[in-house]
Amino acid sequence: MGSRVWRAFRRNRLALVGGGLVLVLGLSALLAPWIAPHDPLRGRLPDRLRGPSTTAVSGKLYLFGTDNLGRDILSRVLHGGRVSISLGLLVVGVSIVVGVVLGLVSAYAGGWVDTVVQRVVDVLLAFPYLVLAIALMGLFGPGFLNLVVALAFKEWVMACRIVRSEALALKTAAFVEASRAAGAGPARILVRHLLLNVIPGAIVVATLRVGWVVLMEASLSFLGLGIQPPQPSWGVIIADGRDYLFRAPWISTLPGIAILLFVLGVNLLGEGLRDALDPRLAGERVGE
Amino acid sequence: MVAYVARRFLQALPVLFGVTFVVFLLLYVTPGDPVELYMGQAGTVSPEEIARIRQEFGLDRPFLEQYGRFLWGVVRGDLGRSIIHRRPVAELIAERIPATMELSLFAALIALLVAIPVGVIAAVRRYSLLDSVGTLLSLVGVSMPGFWLGLILIILFSVTLRVLPVAGRMTYGTGLDPRTGFLLLDAVLQGNGRAALDVLRHLAMPALAMSAGMMAMTMRITRSSLLETIRQDYVRTARAKGVPEPRVILRHALRNALLPVVTAVALNLGALLGGNMVVETVFAWPGLGQRVVDAVKTRDFPLVQGCVLVYALTYVVLNLVADLSYAFLNPRISHGKEG
Repeated sequence: MGSRVWRAFRRNRLALVGGGLVLVLGLSALLAPWIAPHDPLRGRLPDRLRGPSTTAVSGKLYLFGTDNLGRDILSRVLHGGRVSISLGLLVVGVSIVVGVVLGLVSAYAGGWVDTVVQRVVDVLLAFPYLVLAIALMGLFGPGFLNLVVALAFKEWVMACRIVRSEALALKTAAFVEASRAAGAGPARILVRHLLLNVIPGAIVVATLRVGWVVLMEASLSFLGLGIQPPQPSWGVIIADGRDYLFRAPWISTLPGIAILLFVLGVNLLGEGLRDALDPRLAGERVGE
Repeated sequence: MVAYVARRFLQALPVLFGVTFVVFLLLYVTPGDPVELYMGQAGTVSPEEIARIRQEFGLDRPFLEQYGRFLWGVVRGDLGRSIIHRRPVAELIAERIPATMELSLFAALIALLVAIPVGVIAAVRRYSLLDSVGTLLSLVGVSMPGFWLGLILIILFSVTLRVLPVAGRMTYGTGLDPRTGFLLLDAVLQGNGRAALDVLRHLAMPALAMSAGMMAMTMRITRSSLLETIRQDYVRTARAKGVPEPRVILRHALRNALLPVVTAVALNLGALLGGNMVVETVFAWPGLGQRVVDAVKTRDFPLVQGCVLVYALTYVVLNLVADLSYAFLNPRISHGKEG
């Protein structure tokens, strides 16, 4: 299976581009403490509001320019990527685990368990994503972990629905019936047949959703309800530059480009994975 | 058909209940005593006074009874009072709805006017330059934060070219009397051309920033849906009969291809409403989105609760409309018992 998937994936040039973008941005975020040219939190006031690729009074080079406190934008974007990407991965990771477990149990148990889980799913789907997250952040107050909870609160629903519908189809499949007839217990059927077969679908959903969560983090942090300054995240840096659009447009522009490239990369990668891993999912909407 | 509509409405009921319950919980679990929130500074009110107010607001009643009271209020349109504004929440929401609706509808209009023609051309001229450019732009459109696009538009049109205003809904002094709250409609009704142009200039950037996501999504759905329809037998039959190609596409194929587009647009309108609060903040647009963001920041929980409820109810209704419109438009959907 592995080599077939890899062959199908490799033929998809857009998916390779996406993978490349994710790899480059992910690595640069991961290695930020070692490759960032300056301290992302310490500014030099004489060097404030320097344009991109200018050498400042101090003789330092600022490739992406500086902000109103003289902080290096490149270093902040690199470190901000650490926060934004890790938050995206964490939210999606938690949500996928919850969504897969509830989706499988819901499909396998059926009856009132299924009804209860699906009604909860319906209700959460009725709330616009950002509205719910903003209200929850208002309740919890700012902070990284609160942000994870506020976003994962609805996020698991996406995986749950897709896993449930896949598991429902698998449940009545001939090979599962055969296994049951041969005396396999519920645990074996759940793990061996259902779980293992929904994993490819879950990987695709997870990949496509990371981009969405990164966009939501940016929105919340931009509004001042997510990551709190001075800690940089891509949304925080865009917000920092908002009051300087006239004098220093680069502050808000560059982190936005980083978001755009990362989310684009994740989407291309996810669609490539979907086509390679699970052609049945093609056309399935994984949006809000 | 009537049975189908009735059943779909009945299906929406438990969701509506669930939504009101979650929204009620939002205020119920709010840290701190709601009475103290209402009274402002704690410590200036005697315990007896607090007990009296608790009784008056029914806060000493059991959980379910409080929920029942809340639900009854919602049915009557009573969403409580704002702590900060000291006015009814329903009023504070109602006065912001026209601004948000005007912006959302305008954004949707821009999105459809661009997305459907481009989607059609991309499908008809598959693998052409326009198809590639359209596909690339739609990929970029869904990968970009709308509020950031708004900032880029400001840098481009307000800072560099100086042709569009940065914020607000209109310039003062155009002689416009905002009667309906839909300023463009007001300007047209009052025959005030100068005001209409001014309103349009204010609408342009926020609407464009909001429309990007919907435009991208609609373009992709139109393209893929039309590509699928073109392969159908009846389209081949029409071509074989000698129907001219533009007519085949527009009359035969597109009409059916637009079905999933209608559904997607109705669903997206809900997402548009939810996502527009950040764009409203960027452009200081006095809509519902800005109201809820301000309410969260000032910890005005009754107002937050009311706004969230209105957003969710709108969302449920739009979902219902999407389903029903699909059923109405698609003759292949059966409305019988199995439908």
